[in-house]
Amino acid sequence: MRERRTTVSVTFDGEEYEAYADETVMEASRRLGVEIPSLCYLEGLSVWGGCRVCVVQIAEDHRLRPACATPVAPDMEILTDTPTLRAHRKSIVELLFAEGNHVCAVCVVNGNCELQDTAVETGMDHVRYDYQAPLRAVDASHPKYLFDPNRCILCTRCVRVCHEIEGAHVWDVAYRGADAILVAEMGKPWGEATSCTWCGKCVAVCPTGALAYQGRAVGEMVHQTDIVIRLATARQHGEWIDPGEFR
Amino acid sequence: MTEPGGAAVATTPSGKARVATVWLGGCSGCHMSFLDMDEWLFEFAKLANLVYSPIVDVKEFPGNVDVTLVEGAIANEDNRELALIVRANTKTVVSFGDCAVNGNVTAMRNPLGDPIEILRRVYIDAVDRNPVIPGEEGIVPALLPKVLPLHHLIDVDVFLPGCPPPADRIQRTVTALLAGEALGERGDDIRFG
Repeated sequence: MRERRTTVSVTFDGEEYEAYADETVMEASRRLGVEIPSLCYLEGLSVWGGCRVCVVQIAEDHRLRPACATPVAPDMEILTDTPTLRAHRKSIVELLFAEGNHVCAVCVVNGNCELQDTAVETGMDHVRYDYQAPLRAVDASHPKYLFDPNRCILCTRCVRVCHEIEGAHVWDVAYRGADAILVAEMGKPWGEATSCTWCGKCVAVCPTGALAYQGRAVGEMVHQTDIVIRLATARQHGEWIDPGEFR
Repeated sequence: MTEPGGAAVATTPSGKARVATVWLGGCSGCHMSFLDMDEWLFEFAKLANLVYSPIVDVKEFPGNVDVTLVEGAIANEDNRELALIVRANTKTVVSFGDCAVNGNVTAMRNPLGDPIEILRRVYIDAVDRNPVIPGEEGIVPALLPKVLPLHHLIDVDVFLPGCPPPADRIQRTVTALLAGEALGERGDDIRFG
């Protein structure tokens, strides 16, 4: 028998809800069916708070806070959809597109991509910033999977799922700023990383086309975040849930 | 210049809008998708005159155009020149398809740097016979050092992404523009790819 969790009253955009006192704003919003866009957040993994797409405002001071890393508080008035938030979210997604080489038309996940969906969701119909067009080599050394850093947004879902759920810790982010890049086993070609168990969880949770199965053509790749969410929440809460219900 | 998503007013004596389409650094897939509007093209013909397009036989871009759909990125000197002419003579410029909107496949050469390296690879290294980089002065336009989305060169009023934009998406956008209606919330009509 699990302990009864205490609840607090919060409002999302003026609507009153009961949230668990130990939840984050993101966890409460997902459970209560309030839409907040996100990219690096994934149920069951630790919080990274890196993408900043999930910013919300708290009525108290109107500062921007990442919903995934902000605990709820009693009587918190959470604003999820203000002109300020819409403007910031759109800018963030534009910067993500400008930073890498995201060419949807030739991407394995075209039509099944969380970044592409988030662009639609945030109303991004063009990118105002200069495209950086970095030169990044694709790592196709793994017999089963492929890593294309051109499509990577450094959300670190793969890093976290490999470390926290699979327990292998193949992935890390190396270097800083614009040079930051995902590396397998401290910078080896993925295919030579002996700690990789081939479990495919990193591929399952990737929000973009950065991690994919070998041999997939444009639009053929579909990620399966639900498998990992189911596994991770089962470990945390001791029960099997249907991730469809959870989301 | 009109407001983004703003009105295009019919200016011809016939009451029809003057519409143009141009093809810059792209594959013409957006124009194929335009033709994919099928029987609606008859409706389009009632609303507008197509005054310049790869599919009509007009050589010079005309003046006083209400709406121009620009397919393709700015990849070479000719693209640059025509884009500037389009802007100077058009009320509502529409960035038509992903290459115009974000560079897309046309811009995939950008990470590789100087285009001469790519030309050498394609026209010299990869051929067995008569290796030569095409570069006839006045005929073959020089490639720009970097491929640009249209709005990085000229002001763009409306963005119509897609590779290509599906025919119904083009139809919705063109219909609204010709009716002088704001585009408003466009949902999936702004999806890249």
